[in-house]
Amino acid sequence: MFIEFFYLLRARGVPVATQELLDLLHALSKGLDQQNLERFYVLGRSVLVKRVEHYDLWDQVFSEFFKDRPFSFDLDALTEEVMDWLKDPREMRELTDEEREALEALRRDELLKQLQNRLETQKERHDGGSHWIGTGGTSPFGHSGENPAGVRIGESGPGKKNGGGGAVAVAQARNFRNLRRDIKLDVRSIGVALRKLKLLTRDGRADELDLDGTIEATGKNAGDLEIVMRAPRKNKVKLLLLMDVGGSMTPYSRLCSRLFTAAHQASHFKQFKSYYFHNCPYGVLYEDMSQRQYTETREVFAQLDQSWKCVVVGDAAMAPDELMYSGGSIDLYHLNQRSGLSWLEELKELVPSTVWLNPDPLNYWEVTYTVRRIREIFDMYPLTLEGLDDAVARLKQRAV
Amino acid sequence: MFTSTNSYIASSQLQEVVNVSIALEKPLLLRGEPGTGKTLLAKAIAEHLGAPLISWNVKSTTLAQQGLYTYDAVQRLHDSRFGDGDVNDLSQYIKLGPLGQAFSMDKRPVLLIDEIDKADMEFPNDLLHELDQMSFYIPETNETITASQRPMVIITSNAEKELPDAFLRRCVFHYIEFPNPDLMRQIVDVHYPDLDEKLISRCMARFYWLRDLDELRKKPSTSELVDWIGALLRSGIDPDKLQKELPFIGVLIKKERDLVALKKRLG
Repeated sequence: MFIEFFYLLRARGVPVATQELLDLLHALSKGLDQQNLERFYVLGRSVLVKRVEHYDLWDQVFSEFFKDRPFSFDLDALTEEVMDWLKDPREMRELTDEEREALEALRRDELLKQLQNRLETQKERHDGGSHWIGTGGTSPFGHSGENPAGVRIGESGPGKKNGGGGAVAVAQARNFRNLRRDIKLDVRSIGVALRKLKLLTRDGRADELDLDGTIEATGKNAGDLEIVMRAPRKNKVKLLLLMDVGGSMTPYSRLCSRLFTAAHQASHFKQFKSYYFHNCPYGVLYEDMSQRQYTETREVFAQLDQSWKCVVVGDAAMAPDELMYSGGSIDLYHLNQRSGLSWLEELKELVPSTVWLNPDPLNYWEVTYTVRRIREIFDMYPLTLEGLDDAVARLKQRAV
Repeated sequence: MFTSTNSYIASSQLQEVVNVSIALEKPLLLRGEPGTGKTLLAKAIAEHLGAPLISWNVKSTTLAQQGLYTYDAVQRLHDSRFGDGDVNDLSQYIKLGPLGQAFSMDKRPVLLIDEIDKADMEFPNDLLHELDQMSFYIPETNETITASQRPMVIITSNAEKELPDAFLRRCVFHYIEFPNPDLMRQIVDVHYPDLDEKLISRCMARFYWLRDLDELRKKPSTSELVDWIGALLRSGIDPDKLQKELPFIGVLIKKERDLVALKKRLG
């Protein structure tokens, strides 16, 4: 049963690791849940869920899983279940290689041995009837649910139906909905995400005292002081931010302005530039949101090189003409001789580390032709905190 | 079993999580709004267990190594030049950091690693091994410091930086929710046991009203409420006045922008 719960959590995006499952088992073997589903709710959450952003997912999975299930387990059946699972490599199909390696280490783990020992002693003591197995139990190793003596949890106390409705009710209330990271996206959280966009190097003039180097050199110099200087660590990231404004982007203007503010506040970039465009970048880029001041795209591109990182924000949704053909610009006063697509391709060549953030929901992406086309050029991420994190991680990789 | 103490009120969930962390001997990682008593909890646990408390306040420049020990090479160099002390006795130049001190105690201590997210991104990773094994090696003196009893470790974070997964996996985690009015009542009672019923209910009403205002960028916290009630008490203000005005508002609202927004709201 727990393996099922474990996989459901993982499937819904709570990154539970095997070590944590064993920790939970360990906690249960110490009787910390006191056979009460409310306590199990808190205990399980504290051991399995390590980010408040995932509390809401936990609530959802918990209420779904325990709502209509007569919740009963006996610890030995549970331990057995986990042991079997650990032994059976076919069950591991959903784990990554890294996790499989961790599992190998786990098999030699102290905790595992403890649990195994526990299983052994439980077997011997079985007839006496332990804390965990009722005296009537004939098969301590039967599967959970089939063991008539299995401990039933969460059926005492007021206000509970269907086996532990109390904790399920707490979970159903979903108090942590607002803390989901894919929803909350304020200036500060964007700023925190952007702060990760750092590549530190020692560059420029050596004007910082290298204390360790000095000590080392002085030591080698038989104690006669020898000063060693070095260049301070600096962030070498230069960021170009291109944002789509107006038209279909209007509903997202607040979100975009928050991103803009956060990027502006971030003082750690070596250089930062931002421009606006409408629909697709063509021959000019705008310096303000109302699109009055502009700069030739060519001039902007002339200053770029591979040391830059570029973030484009836009829904990438337009009529195919507007992307593919010269003269396709939606603004009639502005005749573009080159297609938007060719500008984008040039950008990709100039700045290989370019990502596209799209505020539209994911299900719009597939059905929009221009989105599919642009995704052939750039890696596209949703404009959520999670998407932003992924995009930043992508930018930190070496240019491919 | 850890429970609320005379000076610290913990929600039942928090109590349970503390006990899980003690039983599993794993570090307890706490998150929550500022002012929800993350740091104070460590003190309360230490008091409850009758254990010594060792605090390590992490700053942006703090290195993991400093928590273990520092080797004062400059002092030794100095001594060797001027002939002070016995420079061959390396141990006198080794100073244990908070982690080192916690490991070498006879009694099981409570170790508080405060605001771990302030430090460099790699900081938590650098502590993984030491927190797992509760021991570290000092090459200078060829010595291994091993904890005779695993310290109870409390770690607080304001989520300025994301903590690495490998680190998170080793912790028990709890997010301290902002106290609901009932719990807040108990907290206020601890600080001001014999408070006028009228005053406290007025204060609470005003306080939660403030917290619900969307305009405020920084919402007042528990500790600020406690300070505010203190200020009101000392001034001997009539509780009825609270319905119309907000005296000593500076105790609750610290940002200029928020004050302006609030004034606009109150008209």
